[in-house]
Amino acid sequence: MRKILSAIALSALMAVASVATAETLKIGVAGPHSGDLASYGIPATRAADLYAKEINANGGLLGMQIEIIKSDDVCKQEIAVNTANKLVSEKVAFVLGHICSGATKAALGTYKDAGIAVMSPSATNPALTKSGDYPNFFRTIAPDDAQAKLAVDFTTDKLNAKKIAVIHDKGDYGKGFAEFAKMFIEEGGKAEVVLFEGVTPGAVDYTAVVQKVKRSKANAVIFGGYHPEASKIITAMKKKKVDAFFVSDDGVKDDTFIKVAGEYSEGGYATGPKDNSSNDLYKKAHAAHEAAYSEKAGAFYTEAYSAMIAITEAIKAAGTTDYDKVTAVLKNQWVETPIGKIKFDERGDAIGAGFSVYQVQNGKYVEVK
Amino acid sequence: MEYFLELFLSGLTRGSIYALIALGYTMVYGIIQLINFAHGEIYMIGAFTALIAASVLTIMGWPTIAIFIVATIAAVVYSSAYGFTIEKIAYKPLRNAPRLSPLISAIGMSLFLQNYVLLAQTSDFLPFPQLIPDFEFMEPISHIFSTAELAIVLTTVIVMLLLTYFIKFTNMGKAMRATAQDKKMALLIGINVDMVISVTFIIGSALAALGGVLIANHIGQLNFYIGFIAGIKAFTAAVLGGIGSIPGAVLGALILGWTESFATGYISSDYEDVFAFALLVLILIFRPAGLLGRSETKKV
Amino acid sequence: MEYMIKSLKVAVWFMFLTFPIVVIKVNTIENIVIWRWHNMFYMGVGIFFVSMLWRYFLERKDRVGKKSAAERINITQTIMENPKILRTLIISVLTILCIFPFVTDSYQINIMTVALMYIVLGLGLNIVVGLAGLLDLGFVAFYAVGAYTYALLNYHFGLSFWVVLPIGALMATIFGILLGFPVLRLRGDYLAIVTLGFGEIIRLVLENWNEFSMGPSGIANIDRPTIYGFDMTLTQATIFIYFLMVVFTVFTVFFVNRLQNSRIGRAWLALREDEIACQAMGVGRTRTKLMAFALGATWAGLMGVVFAAKTTFINPASFTFLESAIILSVVVLGGMGSIPGVIIGALIMILLPEYLRAFSEYRMLVFGGAMVVMMVFRPQGLISNYRRKYSFHSADGRFGK
Repeated sequence: MRKILSAIALSALMAVASVATAETLKIGVAGPHSGDLASYGIPATRAADLYAKEINANGGLLGMQIEIIKSDDVCKQEIAVNTANKLVSEKVAFVLGHICSGATKAALGTYKDAGIAVMSPSATNPALTKSGDYPNFFRTIAPDDAQAKLAVDFTTDKLNAKKIAVIHDKGDYGKGFAEFAKMFIEEGGKAEVVLFEGVTPGAVDYTAVVQKVKRSKANAVIFGGYHPEASKIITAMKKKKVDAFFVSDDGVKDDTFIKVAGEYSEGGYATGPKDNSSNDLYKKAHAAHEAAYSEKAGAFYTEAYSAMIAITEAIKAAGTTDYDKVTAVLKNQWVETPIGKIKFDERGDAIGAGFSVYQVQNGKYVEVK
Repeated sequence: MEYFLELFLSGLTRGSIYALIALGYTMVYGIIQLINFAHGEIYMIGAFTALIAASVLTIMGWPTIAIFIVATIAAVVYSSAYGFTIEKIAYKPLRNAPRLSPLISAIGMSLFLQNYVLLAQTSDFLPFPQLIPDFEFMEPISHIFSTAELAIVLTTVIVMLLLTYFIKFTNMGKAMRATAQDKKMALLIGINVDMVISVTFIIGSALAALGGVLIANHIGQLNFYIGFIAGIKAFTAAVLGGIGSIPGAVLGALILGWTESFATGYISSDYEDVFAFALLVLILIFRPAGLLGRSETKKV
Repeated sequence: MEYMIKSLKVAVWFMFLTFPIVVIKVNTIENIVIWRWHNMFYMGVGIFFVSMLWRYFLERKDRVGKKSAAERINITQTIMENPKILRTLIISVLTILCIFPFVTDSYQINIMTVALMYIVLGLGLNIVVGLAGLLDLGFVAFYAVGAYTYALLNYHFGLSFWVVLPIGALMATIFGILLGFPVLRLRGDYLAIVTLGFGEIIRLVLENWNEFSMGPSGIANIDRPTIYGFDMTLTQATIFIYFLMVVFTVFTVFFVNRLQNSRIGRAWLALREDEIACQAMGVGRTRTKLMAFALGATWAGLMGVVFAAKTTFINPASFTFLESAIILSVVVLGGMGSIPGVIIGALIMILLPEYLRAFSEYRMLVFGGAMVVMMVFRPQGLISNYRRKYSFHSADGRFGK
């Protein structure tokens, strides 16, 4: 009985789906819009709003106005699946998001089954593209292994470190970065990994780990994780007089790190997306943000804005929102964006988006040439 | 040998931090048998109040030592006020309720306070200024043991001694012990049980605030979430030492601190919490009431 | 009038209390202090009215407390004991559950599926906490065992959902017994902290042991449950899992209901009330407790398998202490030991935050506050368990005392 019922209902649902005429072209934006990680998610919603407004003012896309549908996932896997379901039931043509790698992974299956492509401005987990599990995934940020490679090359070649301690925060992002760093150090053969350990995020202090680093006589510490732990570790290192370089990742390349660690952050290195501030589109995107919100744009704003351009240009070139055609365009056509001229490789990574190394100098991140 | 000493001192600091928070847990539990999950949040609010007071005074141009004293007093006063109020709102109406109801109320309170600070202040990590100046004579050994760490350890020792004296020899302390043993009987012999419970919450909260200020000064940062993990660890320490016992809480906290520190130093910090909890399970299997807890023999 | 003065005092006290956190905001970088005096005003006015309401309801609760409690129990009792009403109620609820997915979208169905999962988890924990009186703060560990059993077996050997369902449950049972053996002689809150520690140990091991569990990056692309030869679209799969959960829930309610009135169920209740008397009556303490622990774990394991199949991605971050706390809240909020209570508790705990999204950032604040308020005004839970009474029928057919 129930099977028959569900069959009837399903066919009814499908009929509705095919008949429904979309008057607007819907683009979903998913990410943390509330909670403690909201500061990573809100810039992407702003980028989407601003760019959609611009397109709509110029006659829209494929003759339709773009409608932005926002859905909050608080960066949690369980909720991300609900979020994805919500966007799927709204019948969005494309999704900008999610922000956190874990949430993105959890949500991608749902989008894949519904035939919706997803472009993230910030999810850097390598497996998202490298595993081949998610053919519908694209991103406008370089994956963690690229920045781990850069961090390792920099530490061994420029800083000439022979003994490196690799520390991570046991999280998806931090541990992933640290494992790649370890792999690249061992492959490169220029230095040895003298310590590989995880610290517990939020623990009251990291003195014991720092003493261990000191004892390992490492010349450099590569840390994978976010700024709260990084600032505690670099502070403890300086206070305990551990003489080693501190090299970290994009999660640390945040001004909060400098604010919190203060003078102790001086001289620390972190990798981050390439500095594009001389790019014209970059200037335009940021001018639009400052005009609309009268403050500086937050994290991943540029990447999200670039993703919006890539998505809309691909839909325009394909002349349809059909999944196969749009993804084909994304993979074959170069597009000018605030992060430079990009197109996507077979797996969904952006060709042309890269990382540079930054150093804290006089309380500011400065790109190291 | 120096490495051992470094780990020993790092464990000592960590343990003292846990002890300051664990004392509040153990006192409250001793009197009303409630796991006060909001206790970690009191510690967080203490640290936040100190940060706010210190920032305002810094801008007004006060000298560091005065700022430190005023900020600490503000933290202690406000945390005590919060502890007092929370007991009145969330636990007192539940005094005769089923045993688990106040526990859920406490979990709710903890969520509420975290989000209250998050909304009223910020979700970002904030830098905490260094309020305790580094002493000259500590300079040569500051890479193993800094002034801030010394302050934490000393405070814990002093607080424990004072508290033991208070509980053992003052009238209020005696009233507390009586209430802990038998609330009804205490009421009958003229002890104001409500007031005793309030005082317990006030003292426990004041100690947590003291811990909050010293720890924030030592680590140099805080946000609204720091209370949760510290709270869980302190509670573990209190149980390890035998919940309800004041020397037990300190002993449990030190053992926990050393376990974590040595596990990190000689094995791996990947599993430091696993060692801590495994030790707890082992100790409780062999001493079901904790190290210094009294094991009750129930008579029929 | 007295109300007003008291509330005024409370308002002033809270204005003092919230002063540093709510009024002052410091920018430590540029050294600016922002004074938000208007907040203090709002706080004062708000607290004044809240305090009046609070006092009013608290007094009402005290005044009519005993009487209404008795009446309320009577209402639930009549429903429970009158087969006609009960049957109508059950049938109408089932009908609504069956129609539900066809009148809403997949987002709503998903939320409802999650709520049903928490009902089953709550009922499982209810065996341990509500019936046997063992406070378990690490229930989520067994949930994780179930989820990882399915994820790993599916990943390595491609085993299907239906094959792993019993295996996952069995694994959780084994873990329940293994943990239960050494710790069940601990009393009350010592047991609570040990179970909490055990839950954390399981999570930490999953997080750190990469070779085994793939660490924090988790396991992705887990298969959804299938029926033979039926290739389901996403919507179909969502609806299928929903109905699967409906069946599970009905089965669990039936099972726990029967269990409650069985020999072992009564033994648990007796053990909860008085251990020593119970042992004197010849009920084996360890065995009975172990049974409760293992059965509760079995249910968590089953739900873990469903959870992994439903989200298709799991990692250790889903199995934190907070999760245990939420499941425990489901049990206590609804009313310990009462099946309808657990159902209502789960609906509140899961649907409330979901529909509170309108409050956006105030969501968790309201949620935490609601937990406190509910406990203060209904400490026995929303639907308290009534005690089964056996009474002597006197000659004229009325109940004797």
